[in-house]
Amino acid sequence: MIEQRLWLKSPHDLTDKIFRINWLFVLLLCALASVGYVALYSAAGGSPEPYATRHIVRFSFGLLLMVCIALVDIRIIARFSWVAYAVGLVLLLLVLKVGHVGKGAQRWLEFGGQQIQPSELMKLGLILALAAWFHRADWDRIGNPLFLLPPLIIVLVPVGLILKEPNLGTAMITLVLGGVIFFAAGIRWWKFALVLLPVPFVARYVYQHLHGYQRARIDTFLNPESDPLGAGYNIIQSKIALGSGGLWGKGFLQGTQARLDFLPEKQTDFIFTIIGEEFGLVGAIAVITLLLLVTWGALLIGLRCKHQYGRLVAFGIACNFFLYCFVNIAMVMGVIPVGGVPLPLISHGGSAMITMMVAFGILMSVHVHRDVEFDDSDSD
Amino acid sequence: MIRRDIRHRTVFTRRALLIGGAQTLMLAGLAARLRQVQVDQGRRYATMAEENSIAARLIAPQRGRILDRFGAQLAGNLINWHALLIAEQTTDVGQTLDKFSAIVPLSDAERVRIDRDVHHSKSFIPVLIKEFLSRDAMTMIEVNATDLPGILVDAGASRSYNYPYELAHVLGYVAPPNDSDMNGDPLLSLPGVKVGRAGVEKFHDLALRGHPGVAHLEVNAVGRVIRELDRTDGVNGEAIGLSFDVNLQLAVQKLLGDEAASAVVLDCRNGEIMAMVSNPSFDPTLFATGISQAQWTDWTKDRRTPLINKATSGLYAPGSTFKMAVALAGLEARAISMHDRLNCPGHLDLGGSRFHCWNKRGHGPLDLHQALKYSCDVYFYQVALRTGIDRISAMSQRLGLGTELDIDIPGQRVGLMPTREWRVSQGHPWELGDTVVSGIGQGYIVVSPLQLATYAARVATGRAVQPHFTRRIAGVMQPGSQPEDWPGLEVAEPMLDAVRSGMFAVVNEPGGTAPRARLDGPFQLAGKTGSSQVRRVSRKQRESGNFDSKNLPWEFRPHALFVAYAPYDQPRYALSVVIEHGNAGGTAAAPIARDIMTEALRLDPAIRQDGGPSQVADAKS
Repeated sequence: MIEQRLWLKSPHDLTDKIFRINWLFVLLLCALASVGYVALYSAAGGSPEPYATRHIVRFSFGLLLMVCIALVDIRIIARFSWVAYAVGLVLLLLVLKVGHVGKGAQRWLEFGGQQIQPSELMKLGLILALAAWFHRADWDRIGNPLFLLPPLIIVLVPVGLILKEPNLGTAMITLVLGGVIFFAAGIRWWKFALVLLPVPFVARYVYQHLHGYQRARIDTFLNPESDPLGAGYNIIQSKIALGSGGLWGKGFLQGTQARLDFLPEKQTDFIFTIIGEEFGLVGAIAVITLLLLVTWGALLIGLRCKHQYGRLVAFGIACNFFLYCFVNIAMVMGVIPVGGVPLPLISHGGSAMITMMVAFGILMSVHVHRDVEFDDSDSD
Repeated sequence: MIRRDIRHRTVFTRRALLIGGAQTLMLAGLAARLRQVQVDQGRRYATMAEENSIAARLIAPQRGRILDRFGAQLAGNLINWHALLIAEQTTDVGQTLDKFSAIVPLSDAERVRIDRDVHHSKSFIPVLIKEFLSRDAMTMIEVNATDLPGILVDAGASRSYNYPYELAHVLGYVAPPNDSDMNGDPLLSLPGVKVGRAGVEKFHDLALRGHPGVAHLEVNAVGRVIRELDRTDGVNGEAIGLSFDVNLQLAVQKLLGDEAASAVVLDCRNGEIMAMVSNPSFDPTLFATGISQAQWTDWTKDRRTPLINKATSGLYAPGSTFKMAVALAGLEARAISMHDRLNCPGHLDLGGSRFHCWNKRGHGPLDLHQALKYSCDVYFYQVALRTGIDRISAMSQRLGLGTELDIDIPGQRVGLMPTREWRVSQGHPWELGDTVVSGIGQGYIVVSPLQLATYAARVATGRAVQPHFTRRIAGVMQPGSQPEDWPGLEVAEPMLDAVRSGMFAVVNEPGGTAPRARLDGPFQLAGKTGSSQVRRVSRKQRESGNFDSKNLPWEFRPHALFVAYAPYDQPRYALSVVIEHGNAGGTAAAPIARDIMTEALRLDPAIRQDGGPSQVADAKS
């Protein structure tokens, strides 16, 4: 009897673990990657080269990685939360020192020919670190402002570094991500209000004390139409492509706008336009639904988890995924003026894909180990 | 503990569901906005997509010009009207081409190429149909525009050479890019763009190419341009200013006449190439328009090899011109001194072999100065034996022979400077006899005329100058034009002086081997003759008594060589002349070298730069 309980709580039998993986969720991910294949096939003008084949190869590798990570005990992962955070921070510092400059910002590091974007790894490290911190929280201590100070620093340091790259879009996403994890951890409503209320005034003050060129940079960021051949040009073209798709779309490989090289980044940030143009509103909404299902799938894993660490990690990963999707689609439609955010598992790009699959691997580990008991002797 | 967790869990569940709901609403909002764009305003955007598209079109930059040192144009661009076809704007490519060839005839080969290009490129990328349209043809195409959907006439540039025949080997030529040139440069996908294939055109291809501009055009469904929205001009290729003096080049070409020959003139203070001629040459513009099979056969079958740049890729045994290198190696190794007298009885016997001097009666005892003056072979056989092949090789390479030079056109051949180790790696031992013949620049040694000229310049100045063409890029002087830019040779000056005075004697003292190279006027020339055998002279021929290489068939006659510099007391120009199968350096090459040097000194830029117009041109290049 006792033995059986132990067995249930910490499954260490490998086959059992594999059975506990949420295969339905994996299926959803495969569906998303397939959408990516189709869109990238079309983006290359009806050819699996150079994008689609590499996309699927990377996804398969990511899938394998995900399953491997899923089998690692979540308590082991929890023990390395701070290490992950520290590595992310070091890479961010490194990118400021020696990073590759792309589009006026330092965002990439190169490791043996592989480009990595440390801000993506940083977000994962941040989720793990915040979850580890709040996991140890007594319900009464959560209200204590002194207890809230360290996690606040945990969030603000990487946000500051990403701002310095400068990559305002990713910095905002990271800030929002940190905010929602605070919220899910149970911070009281009025404390959020207290922080959010003065934001407009502070922003105004900072803006007025910026250098001219910094202000100009923010102006183009806020109003891309002022740079009609830069971001504005892309948005106009992207809207024409989406709009001309209509309800049912022009049909697979029949899109003209997206493929006529009007969009310089059609295979990365603007991949959604190809879906919208060739498969119409119906296809676009189907993809949005798929993205929503993945988000909810991740949230549900959090809801079913019996420990706070797993809950917060799952929630963080769900929100991170959602933020990518929302910001990308909103950007493509010209609703918000941000650039440089890919559509996860659909856009072409190796670094983002692998980071996302590592995150899903940790999510799956939460699911597999949802019933384990943490040894909390060090927390009280 | 448990209670704490339950509290956490309820709060988390409540808030996670709240956030999840908010996310659902946000995505629903996006979907609603998408419906607005795609369905409500869909028709509007569809019209925009079909009738009004913004097309980005690359504008080809002008290829950079190539100028000589005074700013005279050597390569430029001509306007070339060409017809293009955009496949997706026509209903039937074949039919359109049929109608087009009724106006401008297209050959079968052209039709095959066009079909292939149309097949290979995306349907909205223009494909080149015909270049070099006449004004009449253009008018006809314009008039019949409605019958020729998808066809447009555009102004391109074609490369033009001011001296195509005379400069073919140096400038090279341009040709359409092939697959291996496609490195992602969007410029290369433009129709009619060419890349450098040889010579300066290839070496400076990237600088000459420039960067394309972009025009954003509003075009309608048939591709007709409604208006140009804006235009960012490209950056034209940069002008490359060469160290060349085109007048000297033309003069040298003339002096070499019909011989299969090459000549290189260097400014010996800085290694700038003033002229480089390889005779006979060819006309590279024939490549652009397509050459006939007969022409090609003519070129490849001609034993005077017009397609090969003999100055950089012709390899010859240096013969007696090599003796300065042997002398310097011997002096530096202290194997001989300048005043040692060695006896020449007319031959040298070594292990059963007899090595002859060109003068069968022998020169008697002589020192270095005399040995160079009379070009005594036996003297240098002995120097070589005392010095050893490895030291001779090392010294020769320091002087620029048998070694890779920093020449800025592709295709140089390095030649060979043998060493003991090299011979062993070939699977043979190094024989003493090999050292003996190396002493007079025969045996395995082969060098190029460019190396010979560099050798003469280095001996003259004592500096390790490298031969080069590039003087200015985009009007900016490049390093290397000052003598101080070049390191010293680190050969002791008295040794160099001994060798130089020997070279002086060759031309200016009675009994020297090249009296015909003597200059008229105030300047004095120092030089050295050489003849390099292409076939071994047999004992029987030698003993028959009346052997004369002049009676041999042309291709078995020895090459005639001459290296020189002038003025002797203040070296300014160094040169090498190689006449293939010209028999003897003293009679065939020396007089030509004298005429070239006379011309070089007459055209000296130090004198010409004082003149008005040429100076302006120089500054502007």
